[in-house]
Amino acid sequence: MTILLEQEIRDALDTVKDPEIDAVSILDLGMFEAMEWTETAVGYDVRITLLPTFLGCPALEIIQKNTESALLQVPRVNTVKVVFLFDPPWTSDRITEQGIAGLKSFGIAPPRVVDGKWEIDCPYCGSTFVSIENLFGPTACRSILYCKSCKNPFEAMKPVSTLM
Amino acid sequence: MTEAERLALASLLYQLADDDFLYAYRGSEWLGLAPHIEEDVASSSIAQDSMGHAAMYYQLLEEIGEGKADALAHVRLAHERKNSVLVERVNGPGYYMENPEYDWAYAVVRNYCYTLAKKVRIDSLKKSSYAPLAALAVKINMELYYHLLHWQTWFTQLYQSTETARQKMDAALERVLADFGDLFDYGEATQLIDEMQLMEDQGVLLDRWYQALTPVLVDLNVTLPEMNMTYNGRNGEHSPDLNDALSTLGEVYLLDQSAVW
Repeated sequence: MTILLEQEIRDALDTVKDPEIDAVSILDLGMFEAMEWTETAVGYDVRITLLPTFLGCPALEIIQKNTESALLQVPRVNTVKVVFLFDPPWTSDRITEQGIAGLKSFGIAPPRVVDGKWEIDCPYCGSTFVSIENLFGPTACRSILYCKSCKNPFEAMKPVSTLM
Repeated sequence: MTEAERLALASLLYQLADDDFLYAYRGSEWLGLAPHIEEDVASSSIAQDSMGHAAMYYQLLEEIGEGKADALAHVRLAHERKNSVLVERVNGPGYYMENPEYDWAYAVVRNYCYTLAKKVRIDSLKKSSYAPLAALAVKINMELYYHLLHWQTWFTQLYQSTETARQKMDAALERVLADFGDLFDYGEATQLIDEMQLMEDQGVLLDRWYQALTPVLVDLNVTLPEMNMTYNGRNGEHSPDLNDALSTLGEVYLLDQSAVW
């Protein structure tokens, strides 16, 4: 039963997409940290712990609400509480393989750090011949770049690491 | 934790929270007025991050029984605020909606000096004896990396451009240093903050700030003006600029404090 419930919760979490990047879920982004539940006569009271990517991100509240409503769809789940913790801190290496693929399909270069340096490949053509137009972008977690090979502007997700 | 210790912790958290709150507000006032559109995006993004940091500090205050985070941000009066005077100063003459004659050199110098100081403080807070604060510092530090990179680039590039730019930067540096004296000060809570090992000694932090800044200034052939203190913001002493900022910031919240957002 508990294994089934855990899987159902995971499946539900996977339907909660980043409000601005619908190609990736909060699982893909590595924002999910923990789930707990207690059983009562009427079902389960579930508590989900998520890690915010950037502290001032206005999408957090939307993600919180969407997570609650997604989990309330799971059979026997009675109440849901979603909390954000900043310890452990979210770092960009928590993004999964599926998340990396999802970001690319959306035209966003995934964060990649090689030997302590930020490596950015164009998400369209894979070229490394790119320039940073603005370190800051449309959201706190993204930068604006330009590919000099395929001549496309694109965005990159900023690497976030405790080593910086 | 004794009540005196709790109050010392609260004092430090108010200093950190109010600093980022006012810094974010002054940064957001540049929206639509920055020198070019990329800078508009960058400044706003940094202001948004910084407001997020302030919100987290207010949250920590809520957790130690100081009241609701929103109220702490909006309802406290000027003499209850513990921010450094540096971050409350206006961006220049005029008003956001009418003839804003804001000074970009002042913004760059203030933001760079403040962000460098914030980096020194955050590095110290990572070792704080108060675990929730140490954990928050680790998180803030990751975002701060980009802020510092941004302001250091502006600072060095403006200093290396025209003679006019250099004069404006020198004048701005003069004004920023005239207010900088309370930035590393802990005010009345100094002794307990030290005893509780919440954060390192202010002299140690100030030295680190000088050490980080000196090579940049040497490269640019800039002499640092004398540091002074006009008011000690840590003890609730402030310039009239703070009152104006607070009444604008709290305008909507104060209309109806029980409203649900």
